Amino acid sequence: MDRLTGAQLVIRTLEYMGVSTVFGLPGGAILPAYDPIYDSPIRHILARHEQGAGHMAEGYAQSTGELGVVIATSGPGSTNLVTPLNNALMDSTPILAITGQVASHAIGNDAFQEAFTTGITMAATKHNYLVADVSEIPQILLEAKYIATTGRPGPVLVDIPKDILNEESEWIEPTISDMPGYKPTTIPNPKSISQGVDLIKKSKKPILYIGGGVINSKSNKEMYELATSTKIPVVTTLMGRGSFPDGHELSLGMPGMHGNYSATTSLQKSDLLIAIGVRFDDRVTANPDYFAQNAKVIHADIDPAEIGKVREPDVPIVGDAKNVIVDLTNALEGYECDTKEWLEEINSWQKKYPLSYEQEKKGPLKTPYILEEIQKLVDEDTIIVSGVGQHQMWISLYWKFTKPNTWLNSGGAGTMGYALPAALGAKMAFPDKLVLALDGDGCFQMTCQELITAATEDIPIKIVVFNNGNYGMVRQWQKLFYNNRFSATELTHDTPNYVKLAESMGAVGHRITTSDEIESTFKDALKENSKPVLIEFVIDPEEMVFPMVPAGGNNDDVIVNEEAVDAILNKDATEEI
Amino acid sequence: MKERILSILVEDKPGVLARVSSTISRRGFNIKSLSVGPTSVDGRSKMTIVTDADAVEQVKKQLNKLINIIKIIEFEPDSTLETEVMLIKVSTTRDTQTPVIEKATMSNARSVDVGTNSAIFEITGNSVELDKFEELMKPYGIIDMVRGGRIAMQGIQS
Repeated sequence: MDRLTGAQLVIRTLEYMGVSTVFGLPGGAILPAYDPIYDSPIRHILARHEQGAGHMAEGYAQSTGELGVVIATSGPGSTNLVTPLNNALMDSTPILAITGQVASHAIGNDAFQEAFTTGITMAATKHNYLVADVSEIPQILLEAKYIATTGRPGPVLVDIPKDILNEESEWIEPTISDMPGYKPTTIPNPKSISQGVDLIKKSKKPILYIGGGVINSKSNKEMYELATSTKIPVVTTLMGRGSFPDGHELSLGMPGMHGNYSATTSLQKSDLLIAIGVRFDDRVTANPDYFAQNAKVIHADIDPAEIGKVREPDVPIVGDAKNVIVDLTNALEGYECDTKEWLEEINSWQKKYPLSYEQEKKGPLKTPYILEEIQKLVDEDTIIVSGVGQHQMWISLYWKFTKPNTWLNSGGAGTMGYALPAALGAKMAFPDKLVLALDGDGCFQMTCQELITAATEDIPIKIVVFNNGNYGMVRQWQKLFYNNRFSATELTHDTPNYVKLAESMGAVGHRITTSDEIESTFKDALKENSKPVLIEFVIDPEEMVFPMVPAGGNNDDVIVNEEAVDAILNKDATEEI
Repeated sequence: MKERILSILVEDKPGVLARVSSTISRRGFNIKSLSVGPTSVDGRSKMTIVTDADAVEQVKKQLNKLINIIKIIEFEPDSTLETEVMLIKVSTTRDTQTPVIEKATMSNARSVDVGTNSAIFEITGNSVELDKFEELMKPYGIIDMVRGGRIAMQGIQS
């Protein structure tokens, strides 16, 4: 039988698991693993920073629902991965990180480029491994993939000392057999389902409150069936955008801190929340004591630790979202809720408090306007990737998502710098789709070196930079809660020169400052498919995101627009800002 | 505050203790007592953790998410057998040696090492008994003391 080095076993196992693309950056301790990559059909994308490589793996995983793989070296290589690992943990994204470690005998001796990787990443991963024997490599990698992609998905890290990468062992086909401590519950308890159905049949004002779990379980079709057959309106959380089509009469959009008025208010006024694949995040509930006080709650999640964490449900259901949705639909036997009045009430809020912005013809550009203009020029399969902050909220509010996995963002962790590398990962998974990163200037500057990766690896993504010269969301809070004292939020509009920056990094750069340039310039950008394209929009730094509920506030008090700020903020002092 | 006793069956793998303790400390919970030891099954260890935290339900769920944790049982203090071992080194003089050893014997402690200026006792019992013995020895001067952590088992239900 062939004897392979640990390094060869790593690559052989990745091939065996069907991995076609890995993102990474070499270094001393991981060096042996890079040698067999040279001969492997696996495509390696050379990132310029391990954080970027990690977000690329996340973008790949978020757009496909499959495992994303990132490789890094020991010490700083692995510590640079902490942010994407934590990001993937918060957003339940299946990624596998393989890191080199200093040689076994040197571990714990402050060797060059040593970090206690498994210790540091313990709280940022679903699970991690330190490989102790070369023969374990295939088994551990397969287990790592299994853990990352099943149950509630998440990141798993495998740390391999350099000497073990160099030792030899036989290839033994790995199998998932005995994992006594890991048995995710995927099939919901029929009793809970029937209790849920009872509540649904009694409800006059039900709401389907759905999130990332619906996307992760690939059950948007089943969700569509459940919602439309029962006539129950749907709110989609930030992570759940695209799991139910915007524009549908039952679709209310995103609820919460910067949610649509009608989405937030429908939860508040509801008598039954059917919560599936959501976790009652503070950005949705605001102060949980005031959240949906009159509603009974059915809470279904694959992670038992989410049930009752924030809100004690009347009916807890542990299971995979797809099974839950299908079982509920079947048990309802075509039952249609009498939601006519309820929908009319919701509609009246939508009419009274629609999303609004004002774009003056010659005035500074507003992001909502740009988004609506761009959406006219691209199809609904376009994968939108966002950073974190004002632009992210505007996209979630104004972009009409109709398909799952077309919206990638950093939801739970709020990781600035996510967009560009994640877009690159998504483009690797879907080379024929338009992948459009819509980023803020502050976010872009955090990981912009990955534009070089996109150019040199021929990954023609499009990236929009909304340049308001500021950390816009932080500035918005300073404007609202810190008496206009703009401490450390100004970045300047003109440094860097984004067009030159893009060009110097091997991309094409455009700059748009007025509304009449949008269509023609953007169309030019869409035609360019040999290079990545950056389009800078110079936007109004004064524009704020509304609606808004201040952190820790009461979701009954939605600030619908700038004019309404004083009335709400002076009503009572808000906490936890 | 009410004590909660968790018995946790784990895979005997490196880092398991760190995972368990970090999951608990992440919530800011204090561990009053912790003990780990092998079980009758190869590759399995059992931890007994005593905490007075109130939100233990959520922590149990978080602990259950750890891949190396096989099972968590919470014991009802009323129906639980509990014991702990303690070694205690007490200062003695010519005058106090005899009364110290007498008191220890009456408390069911065992003399494991007796010198001219000190004596070491071993005592097993529940935490109240151990506390009492410590109080009893205090007037003579405690030179060193170590407790092994509480272990527990559900009593036989008849």
